[in-house]
Amino acid sequence: MTQPATVTSPELSPGPPQKPTTWSDRARDRRRAVAARLRGGDLGLLPVLAGLVVIWVVMQILNPIFMSSANLTNLALESVPVGIIALGVVCVLLVGQIDLSVGSISGLSAAVLAVLFVDRGLPAWLAVTASLVLASLIGWFYAQVHNRIGVPSFVITLGGLLGFLGVQLWILGPKGSINLPYDSGLVAFAQLQFLPPWLAYTLVVVGAAVLYGTGAARAAERRRAGLAAASRRLLVGRSLALLAGLGAAVWYLNRDRGVGWMFVFFLALVLVLHYVLSRTSFGKSMYAVGGNMEAARRAGVNVKAVLTMAFVLCTTLACVGGILSASRLAAANQSSGGGDVNLNAIAAAVIGGTSLFGGRGSAFAALLGVLVIQSISSGLTLLNLDSAYRFMVTGGVLLLAVSLDAVARRSRVSHGRA
Amino acid sequence: MTAATPSPCLPNASLPDCLPVLFGRSVMTVESLPSPRASSGSPLLSLRGISKSFGAVAALTDVDLDVSAGQVVALVGDNGAGKSTLVKVLSGVHQPDAGTVGFDTGAVSVTSPAVAQRLGIATVFQDLALCENLNVVENLFLGRELRGLRLDEVAMEVRSRALLGELSAKIPSVRVPVAALSGGQRQTVAIARTLLGDPKVIILDEPTAALGVAQTAEVLNLIERLRERGLGVIMVSHNMADVRAVADTVAVLRLGRNNGLFDAAEATASDLVAAITGATDNVVSRRAGRDRTMGDGADPAVGDRAVGDPAPGNGPAAAHKGEAS
Ligand SMILES: Nc1ncnc2c1ncn2[C@@H]1O[C@H](COP(=O)(O)OP(=O)(O)OP(=O)(O)O)[C@@H](O)[C@H]1O
Ligand SMILES: [Mg+2]
Repeated sequence: MTQPATVTSPELSPGPPQKPTTWSDRARDRRRAVAARLRGGDLGLLPVLAGLVVIWVVMQILNPIFMSSANLTNLALESVPVGIIALGVVCVLLVGQIDLSVGSISGLSAAVLAVLFVDRGLPAWLAVTASLVLASLIGWFYAQVHNRIGVPSFVITLGGLLGFLGVQLWILGPKGSINLPYDSGLVAFAQLQFLPPWLAYTLVVVGAAVLYGTGAARAAERRRAGLAAASRRLLVGRSLALLAGLGAAVWYLNRDRGVGWMFVFFLALVLVLHYVLSRTSFGKSMYAVGGNMEAARRAGVNVKAVLTMAFVLCTTLACVGGILSASRLAAANQSSGGGDVNLNAIAAAVIGGTSLFGGRGSAFAALLGVLVIQSISSGLTLLNLDSAYRFMVTGGVLLLAVSLDAVARRSRVSHGRA
Repeated sequence: MTAATPSPCLPNASLPDCLPVLFGRSVMTVESLPSPRASSGSPLLSLRGISKSFGAVAALTDVDLDVSAGQVVALVGDNGAGKSTLVKVLSGVHQPDAGTVGFDTGAVSVTSPAVAQRLGIATVFQDLALCENLNVVENLFLGRELRGLRLDEVAMEVRSRALLGELSAKIPSVRVPVAALSGGQRQTVAIARTLLGDPKVIILDEPTAALGVAQTAEVLNLIERLRERGLGVIMVSHNMADVRAVADTVAVLRLGRNNGLFDAAEATASDLVAAITGATDNVVSRRAGRDRTMGDGADPAVGDRAVGDPAPGNGPAAAHKGEAS
């Protein structure tokens, strides 16, 4: 990254098909593109990774229990519900919209699940399905109001925030709280089920192997087509790093209860969404709609369908988060999805590097963002600081993240790239 | 471009053809539809009576335009004449308030850009319409990615490089976001976009406005090649040199109305300028004067000829064009 990026390189010079010079030249072009992107204000996941390290170091210094296996095991599980909601928030932010009602929807979903499962005695899968269908219909409804009437999503979902909180209170009725039985699969999944160590290690190895395999296949294909490709050294290094990092994490967590199934489920969702966003035409159209809606429309993208999918994904993931949150608590009550759930989910997405201005972000933003938020929360709780401090610190971090987003955006403008 | 290539619309257009326009009527009247042109290959794209207003602003009033396969129509007019609006009506961005669009054989309604794309109408917009957060390859293939469920990145990148190479694009890397490109680089990307897919008509709204000398020459060459491949091309431009270099016919818009249809090889710069600026009485006298003094292509029977009559088509005009290109 030491080379300054020049505006024109001879890579696409005029004339008949020319073989673009040598390998190292192309690798250099690639490095230049990366360097130019960074300086241009396209920071990706770097700030949040740095922030996470800082927070962990500070918290560990303040309280040595913070980095203990027991606390980290807990932290991982605690992160999942809000993290999954944040995953949905990433979807709407990517298309340049917002959903302020994810908290209410997660609470409503928990309430619907509890009423159907406990009060009505329906099987769990049916109650979960009903809850998911209801949430996806809410997203569809938001999209219709937005697409047909043109109400800004900010206002629609602000209405949803209040309205669906009302529905939640209404269906919970006067007693206001429904306990989920401890012996139900849902509660077990969210609280008690951990991967056996051999399976956890196997998954780590498989993950590293898949990372190498897909990377090598891609590189080979690119090389065959005469394009710049990642070197074998880079691929091996990357997957060894993943192997070592995840292996160490699993080993450390296994000193306590281990890796929760719920956390694995969250990781799987992150990976699926990452694939959809980066490797499918639907994902590209989401970025396009968030980047320049009119350009996307003129390119033939069905903008309304993309927006609808984004809203539906968001509310559906909010529902999944709400159900897992209730399962973890073994109860759905009037405060399910209330308090700071809503803003934590949105903050997680933004802290992770998803732009509030649309068109920038990734699935990993939700994962890293929620780890930041839960780390702050867990660390302050360990210090016996109550929610007053938690709110203040989280608010400060959010402000920092949004400022970073705005500064990055201004830097893009000043580099003539926004 | 050779003299043998038919120029079905208005070969040898001359004074009498233009008279109706010059006196405030549109040339392409409905009567001219079943003219001999039909036999010589009916227009690929034909607009009739297109009107479009934005609130109180009448951007287009009763505009007609024809483009045949293998024909380059230049659309000229002053700022605000309605050129871009017409382009946007054709590409499905705006819906016309009145009028019909005929494409290939039947009447179509271009209700959205996606419909235009399916029909085979590709457009480079004046306001370029690229997504700045996406890179060059992603922009080129936006809306028509290869293998939607598992993107074929390699094929797309190879195709993009080849395409941009053809256009002599000076682009550092196809993997940089479009936001990092200069205006001219973006314009090249936008032009390259239209060549993907399999368009029948390509509309370029001021394609060379931001381009350097070499790139302008490439785009003009490209337009020639498109014509040879039998595509219809509509090019909006303020640059009369470019217009005269590649266009077969020149359609003038003024204040949202047709204001003349010229054969590019015949019309003088002052004719066009007069039609663009609206000095209609001058153009009549000037043209008349020119025809008298030059006395070449002005054949005596011209007054009786129907608009677009192909009969004397490959006469002096076409020959002249052959030299020009
Ligand atoms: N979206 C819009 N809303 C309102 N008025 C518009 C809109 N688009 C164009 N107009 C008006 O329509 C008229 C024609 O505009 P248009 O963009 O078609 O001009 P043009 O011929 O392309 O000009 P230029 O040479 O400057 O590109 C102008 O008076 C303009 O103000
Ligand atoms: Mg214009």
